[in-house]
Amino acid sequence: MKKILAAAVVNALMCSTALAVEVTYASGITGDGVRVFQELVKPWEEETGNKAVLVPMPSSTTDQFGQYRLWLAAGNKDIDLYQTDVIWAPQLADHFVDLSEVATDIAEQNFPSIIESQTVDGKLVALPLFTDAPALFYRKDLLEKHGEDVPETWEELTETAKRIQDAERAEGNKELWGYVWQANAYEGLTCNALELIKSYGGGQIVEPDGSISVNNEKAAAALNLAATWPGNISPEGVLAYKEEEARGVWQTGKAVFMRNWPYAYHLGNGEDSEVAGKFSVAPLPSGEKGGSSAATLGGWNVAVSKYSERQEAAISLATYLAGPEAQKRRALLASNLPTLEALYDDAEIAEQQPIIPQWKEVFMQAVPRPSAPTKSAYNEVSSKFWNAVHNTLSGKATAEENLEILELDLEEMKGSGW
Amino acid sequence: MAIAAESLMAAPERGISELRRQRQRAAMRFLLPMIVALLVVAAWPLMRTIYFSFTNTTLSNLDGGEWVGLGNYLNWRTLSSGRVIYRGVLADPQWWNAVWNTVCFTVISVSLETVFGVVVALVLNAEFRGRALVRAAVLIPWAIPTIVSAKMWGWMLNDQFGIINDMALSLGLISQKIAWTANPDTAMAAVIMVDVWKTTPFVALLTLAALQTVPREVYEATRIDGINPIKVFFRVTLPLIRPAILVAVIFRTLDALRMFDLVYVLTPNSAATRTMSTLARENLIDFDKFGYGSAQSTLLFLIIAIFVVAYLKLGRLDLSGEARR
Repeated sequence: MKKILAAAVVNALMCSTALAVEVTYASGITGDGVRVFQELVKPWEEETGNKAVLVPMPSSTTDQFGQYRLWLAAGNKDIDLYQTDVIWAPQLADHFVDLSEVATDIAEQNFPSIIESQTVDGKLVALPLFTDAPALFYRKDLLEKHGEDVPETWEELTETAKRIQDAERAEGNKELWGYVWQANAYEGLTCNALELIKSYGGGQIVEPDGSISVNNEKAAAALNLAATWPGNISPEGVLAYKEEEARGVWQTGKAVFMRNWPYAYHLGNGEDSEVAGKFSVAPLPSGEKGGSSAATLGGWNVAVSKYSERQEAAISLATYLAGPEAQKRRALLASNLPTLEALYDDAEIAEQQPIIPQWKEVFMQAVPRPSAPTKSAYNEVSSKFWNAVHNTLSGKATAEENLEILELDLEEMKGSGW
Repeated sequence: MAIAAESLMAAPERGISELRRQRQRAAMRFLLPMIVALLVVAAWPLMRTIYFSFTNTTLSNLDGGEWVGLGNYLNWRTLSSGRVIYRGVLADPQWWNAVWNTVCFTVISVSLETVFGVVVALVLNAEFRGRALVRAAVLIPWAIPTIVSAKMWGWMLNDQFGIINDMALSLGLISQKIAWTANPDTAMAAVIMVDVWKTTPFVALLTLAALQTVPREVYEATRIDGINPIKVFFRVTLPLIRPAILVAVIFRTLDALRMFDLVYVLTPNSAATRTMSTLARENLIDFDKFGYGSAQSTLLFLIIAIFVVAYLKLGRLDLSGEARR
């Protein structure tokens, strides 16, 4: 009798799990990303009875891309949804489902430029989840204490950081650094250096028409200034820093300035942060006084794998995550910038995450990486670029020399066209 | 394989008993699964890689590659000015930089590991209390997965909050914090140090096993003759454990030549530490140049193969066991 009962219970359990679909979602994790994801999908899980399982990936976008490309090339059926970087669409388009028809209404509410970045030959490869544009984080308390203003140019940043760093160290705050950013040899360095070069008026590596513009005096001047930072206002280890290492130094109160993405805002105000309430954000400095500043356009999207065997549920999760309800939740939970224009006027967001409406200006002027003109060669272009920059920053040859070789390499790669 | 070849050669000989032939057939049958397994998991992928290296295959379309001959290895074009431009892996400075990095890494790390490994083994071979415990403890670095130890050392070597900098600073060894893994001057040293830490136990273990086979009587005889212990080590111990050390060295060298994980996790992807394997992976996957990356993998295979053959010849190392018969 007991046996029969046990069998019945097992049967019942199996039936109930068979009805609900479990979809897997691969995404890089920074900060408290796992918790945010679980909070985000809860309403969807309750409504549909399905379950969303997070497959956490390393936070480096380069590492994620390598793994995803392998999985997709092998036609992996285990992953249903991928969270994709804004630059990946042209390279991975073949492996994803076209979402233009199922998400027409969501697409209309988005900023057109973001939808455009995810459209390849008329196919909507991924739905935007949030956009990203970095800013300059600064310590209000330290700037006030030393009577300094928020720097408007990179030169000013260098000087201000140095002055505060020296003064604080003289007072015994020995471990304080002026400026932390991301200079490891990876995609993030491309973003950092592109901002510098663009704000100096040195172009954007490869222009939208496909011409290679990176070898010019202004770009060299920008990089030569940055090369003075490691060991001076930035720790030498900045050459191995990605976002999280920079945030580690910043959040333990050991930096005056930091260049980072909006996610660091909400984590910096967390309970375990030593800088909670002591900092604010401003647009990144510009090349010259009164010039315009540049922020690299980042942002993450959700794509549905065409190898998925649970496509219906996966598409339902994708449209939910890209929709207004989830984007608002994400903005409130993780200070991620929505891609839906209407949310910038949302009273609740303005109250709880005041930086989001402020950030609209920053990202409206954001500069895209040259992923569209260089197409499938983008990764190699970016790698060549970050290597040239990394060589300059670590003191192996000057910016002029490195950019000249970079130009030659890029010309060669381009051949008769990208 | 050796037995299979032997049975083929032995077959025409006359006067072989039916029993012997039966035994050879049985041996073939037992060897067959292993040979098939090796063909499937080793020979087939290797052949595929070599084939890909002659094509312009991309990862997005594995079957769509076209035959380009030796183009991935070396090709040249004559410009209109008459200048000849060479391209391909063999003309790629990044490749030669990676070869140089790998060779430096291999020579230095394997030498250090061998010396330290033998020293550790000699210590562990001595009689002292708690020897079993120490022997087990020494093996811990070897037991930790490389990724974990690389990440662990990454934090320990961190320039801002790493414990290495903290200790060296308070001991007065350095005057300011050093970015061990980021600075191109120290990055390779950091990788070598972590590798030595991790694999010295392996060499020590193999050497220790050999040391325990050295008969005690030999040492007793040297003691009676009053021979200086250093001389005993070089004249008696070392020749007796030489085969074991040679085997340890070849294992370590093969591992070091295809070094990937430690470099990939511990240091930034820069020219200072990029090895042949990390460069090949970057081309294979990140840049979608599957053919080009395959050419690099094939060259890596060739380098390792040449090394093994040369080493076996020079070291007169007998892995087939022929001499023992």
